[in-house]
Amino acid sequence: MMKKMIPGNIKSFLLGSRTDYGLIFKIILYLLLIAIGFVYLYPLLFMFVTSMKSPGDLLNPMVQWVPTEFFTGNYVKAFRVLDYPTTLLSTLLVSLVPSIIQAIVCSLVGYGLARYRFWGKNLMFMLILATFIIPAQTTVIPQMLTYKNLGLLGNILSLILPATLGQGFRSAIFILIFYQTFSSLPKVLEEAARLDGASDLRIFLRVAVPAAIPSYIISIIFSTVWYWNETYLTVIFLEGGIQTLPMQLSKFVQAYENLYPPGMVNIFDRLNEAVKLSGTFLNILPLLVMYFILQKWFVESVERTGITGE
Amino acid sequence: MKSKKLFPRRSITIGTREALYGYSFVIIWIIGFALFTAIPLVQTFLYSLNQVTVSATGIILDSVKWANYSRALFTDPTFVQLLIEYSIETLVSVPIVIIFSMIIALFLNLKFRFKGIFRTIFFLPVVITSGPVIRELTAQGATSVPGITNTAAVGEFLAQLPVYLRNPIEYLLTSFILILWFSGVQILIYLSSLQKIDKSIYEAAAIDGASAWESFWKITLPSLSKTTVINAVYTIITLSHFSENKVIKYIYSQTYAVEGGIGYSSAMSFLFFIVLVVLLLIIYLLLNVRTEKKVK
Repeated sequence: MMKKMIPGNIKSFLLGSRTDYGLIFKIILYLLLIAIGFVYLYPLLFMFVTSMKSPGDLLNPMVQWVPTEFFTGNYVKAFRVLDYPTTLLSTLLVSLVPSIIQAIVCSLVGYGLARYRFWGKNLMFMLILATFIIPAQTTVIPQMLTYKNLGLLGNILSLILPATLGQGFRSAIFILIFYQTFSSLPKVLEEAARLDGASDLRIFLRVAVPAAIPSYIISIIFSTVWYWNETYLTVIFLEGGIQTLPMQLSKFVQAYENLYPPGMVNIFDRLNEAVKLSGTFLNILPLLVMYFILQKWFVESVERTGITGE
Repeated sequence: MKSKKLFPRRSITIGTREALYGYSFVIIWIIGFALFTAIPLVQTFLYSLNQVTVSATGIILDSVKWANYSRALFTDPTFVQLLIEYSIETLVSVPIVIIFSMIIALFLNLKFRFKGIFRTIFFLPVVITSGPVIRELTAQGATSVPGITNTAAVGEFLAQLPVYLRNPIEYLLTSFILILWFSGVQILIYLSSLQKIDKSIYEAAAIDGASAWESFWKITLPSLSKTTVINAVYTIITLSHFSENKVIKYIYSQTYAVEGGIGYSSAMSFLFFIVLVVLLLIIYLLLNVRTEKKVK
């Protein structure tokens, strides 16, 4: 009896049974995931390692993954070139303010679509999807000319105004998130409040909004990230006024040569890829910090909002 | 007044009341749509039919009819070339993103330890992908598959291929990781629809003697077909709206160029829009035909 049991146990331990995967399968799974994960993160690792290399290490073909010294000179330079504290603050402002407004407005629109019957609702859904598809290039020039006439170019209002009217960056996604959230909430509470004589706005604010707090958080953080990374609109609307980190990064060479004129500095202070990648890393550092603090909200966003429901 | 009395008064007021409240919630979006999407769209179309000069006093329109369009399509060699490259690259990238995100989602749907860490890793690029960051990474060669692109054999192999094959393959080799980076959201969408599949279907299939392989093709894949359409559309749109897109960069550069101008770039924007819609239709029809066959 015992003799028969042991090989069976080993077999199921290695190859798996109906309830468990088995050791061999697990090892293969982890190896595959680690390999894919490495390739996936390779650009980031490459960026980080290169940004820590001193000019000597860059030229040395022996140094690939481990720099010979702990060198922070690239970061000091990139910090100065990006004018980091000022740019960081304005980037935060430019991405947070429109995002919060966008979440509030999109929740209003989503609630209207989820809870009321009115003529033209399907048409509106189609138009909302259309705003998701229409490339910014086909609408941005008249807006830019109008802002120019109003003197709003380079002003944060040029991003806030569209967001206030539900036309912020990728607003269609957020309207759909809120539509989905409010549709899935039970109507009972709202009906009870209505019987108690609460007005529609009051029902929305007191009953619906508190139940949809997770959707607000998800909308605001996604919207912040997308506004942060958006450069097409910000370059057109904000250039000459506010500088965001990605905008500053895209003219890094020019800004570097203003601070360190190529003819005047010694060879070690010339612009090299390590400095550029330090700038890139400084650019995404706040996003990485935010991601690791809020990662639960990011990776559970799709399940929590049920956006795939349609 | 009289006609109102013919109907039961209450029901009309309730229905109208509901519609009115509904409109008051969404009116802000309707105004915004008119101001920031519909009117600018029409204006851009008007610009595309004109030679536009911006002066201190205002905008001067000089009608040229369809000349801007014919210039973009028949005279400007760069634009058509870029448009073709963009279409091919998009059509090549979509299947890669779809297959990759489906495989990763299938992995992450299994039960094992440290799943959360891997989920965090695969979503990370969504947070940090911006035009300038990608530009820097591509410029430093960080987005190509390590160790493949620089070998001499690959270079020789590429040199023998005709141009229309070489460009997409070169694009694949130099930006392979970048393409994968556009899969983050799609992985999550697949994952959540995998979790919605009823477990008892798999159990029933297993009792009937189906292997894991068979139940993947017969149960999992058909259940994901709708999600695949959503993911494909999402992929095309994010790739097309990305500010490092060649066509977008060219249109932008022409907006401020002396020989280009607002009229010409408006015409190109509309052509780009049309191509984008055509690409969406192609992918949509391809996927729909496939899923319909499967159902039968």
